[in-house]
Amino acid sequence: MATDWFPLWLSLRVAGLSTLIALLLSLWCAWLFSAKTFKGRNVLDAIVTLPLVLPPTVLGYYLLVLLGRNSPLGRLYEWVFGQPLVFTWQAAVVAALLHAAPLLIKFSTAALESVPRRYPKAARSLGASEWRTFWQVSLPLAWNQVLAATAIAFARSLGDFGITIMVAGNIPGRTQTISVAIYDAVEAGNGAAARVLVLVISAVALSSIWLANRLGRISLGKAA
Amino acid sequence: MIDARIRKNLEGGDDSHPFSLDLHISTNAGVTVLFGPSGAGKSLTLDAIAGFVKPDEGRILVDDVLLFDAAAGVNLPPRSRHCGYVFQSSALFPHMTLRQNLAFAAERLPRLERRRKVGDMLDQFHLTEVAGRKPAELSGGQRQRCAIARALLAQPRLLLLDEPSSGLDAALREELYDVLADVHKTFRMPILLVTHDLDEALELGEEMFVLNGGRLLQSGAPSAVLDQPAGDDVARLLGRFNILDAEILSMDPGAKRSRLRCTVPDAPQFEIEGPYFPGHMLGAHLRLGIRSEALRVSSFAGAGVPMKLARFSRRTSVARFEFTGGIVAEMPERSLDPPPHNGEWVVQFPPDALRLLK
Repeated sequence: MATDWFPLWLSLRVAGLSTLIALLLSLWCAWLFSAKTFKGRNVLDAIVTLPLVLPPTVLGYYLLVLLGRNSPLGRLYEWVFGQPLVFTWQAAVVAALLHAAPLLIKFSTAALESVPRRYPKAARSLGASEWRTFWQVSLPLAWNQVLAATAIAFARSLGDFGITIMVAGNIPGRTQTISVAIYDAVEAGNGAAARVLVLVISAVALSSIWLANRLGRISLGKAA
Repeated sequence: MIDARIRKNLEGGDDSHPFSLDLHISTNAGVTVLFGPSGAGKSLTLDAIAGFVKPDEGRILVDDVLLFDAAAGVNLPPRSRHCGYVFQSSALFPHMTLRQNLAFAAERLPRLERRRKVGDMLDQFHLTEVAGRKPAELSGGQRQRCAIARALLAQPRLLLLDEPSSGLDAALREELYDVLADVHKTFRMPILLVTHDLDEALELGEEMFVLNGGRLLQSGAPSAVLDQPAGDDVARLLGRFNILDAEILSMDPGAKRSRLRCTVPDAPQFEIEGPYFPGHMLGAHLRLGIRSEALRVSSFAGAGVPMKLARFSRRTSVARFEFTGGIVAEMPERSLDPPPHNGEWVVQFPPDALRLLK
């Protein structure tokens, strides 16, 4: 039986898109955390951390409640795009995002906080706005670490199972991502198909880690 | 003109003690030095002026521009304060070339002038040849010059320097001092400089503020402070004073002389001649300071106080005697004759060099 490669392509697409959104989200959060001291900081931090510790099924349940066809957000989505969100591949993107974004936000914030204080201080004393300080000084100095974290986040969003199966389901050819397909193959006693997919996803994950390590090592180090 | 009244309480953290800064600095000098040991509050003062730290109370005025006023609710952000800040470790952006570093600071200039101004500044600070290099590829002196040039390009009202010479060797220090003197002359820019190096304070400062523990202990021209420290705490910070507890045994107002019995720790008391101290009674206890280089040391018997040598060391062109009781004398090495021995030495305390400390 020929291997069905659809789950791999779907997963790459889902992971790519969710990682991109997660990166933007993490930069926004890192900017918020670095540039301003605001009241809701601890609350926001807790919200970001929560998905890391909650069981995937619980997260999936929350998403169903939040984005289901009877929820306001779900209805808004359906009104804008003409189709429901849940049990589509777009729902898998949301699931992967919830899986990967918290980690990336944590890493990006830490990366920006690890930039020695004197650089942003110097930028501000030279008349630069917070915005310019962030984009031209802080972020470039933390960029490699942020990219390394992004590679890890990509591998992580590739591997989500629990949340995806709750909100996107297991519809072969439509929402069946690679992790779900592996589960399906093992359930169906199709060991050969499972083995191929397991090897492929392991290879992708290893490459991501290799890339992350490489990026992490290229340092701007030798700081003045 | 700088007029800063700053009060700031810092709560202690896991790795820091609680600290309170409470001082008033007012100066018209061209180069003003904040002098004190580490932990005196010097850098915190600089941070408060630059706007990185918000004082609990106070008012900061630079050249009639109000940067901060707690009562009036004025608190300009750092970017609007126009304070050129040169950090202890230059803080050039490591991912930019020198030229880019300077261009970053030139953003406030009119677009057409930026290139020219950056070029001028590179010329002026002898950096044109290395303008395309990143900070990591430069010498410490070049980095420090570039940091100063960058700060100047942002058109500051005053220049704040946080221990600019730390990490530079003697030759680079001299170069830095020349650059700063030049900056002060060419740009007519008031400079506020933080240091714990007394030589640096003497070399550069027109006015010096001595800080310790977040408080101002004394201010004045550096040479004046060195000549007459306000108290034994300042004398100790300056580090070149012998501090004596003395009792007035007799006084002769006519000859403007007095006889003093001095007590130092862990050594016998001794008597010396002192100046006349108006307003002090017979038997009064005074605290006196005398610079170590003012003492006269000889190995011949004669007038003076016999003392036992505890430690002898040679410094650059100076011979340093440490006697029991903690009395330290320094003298030019060439006048050292005969060579030091462990026998009896005679130390003279010239009366005119004795200073009364409060």
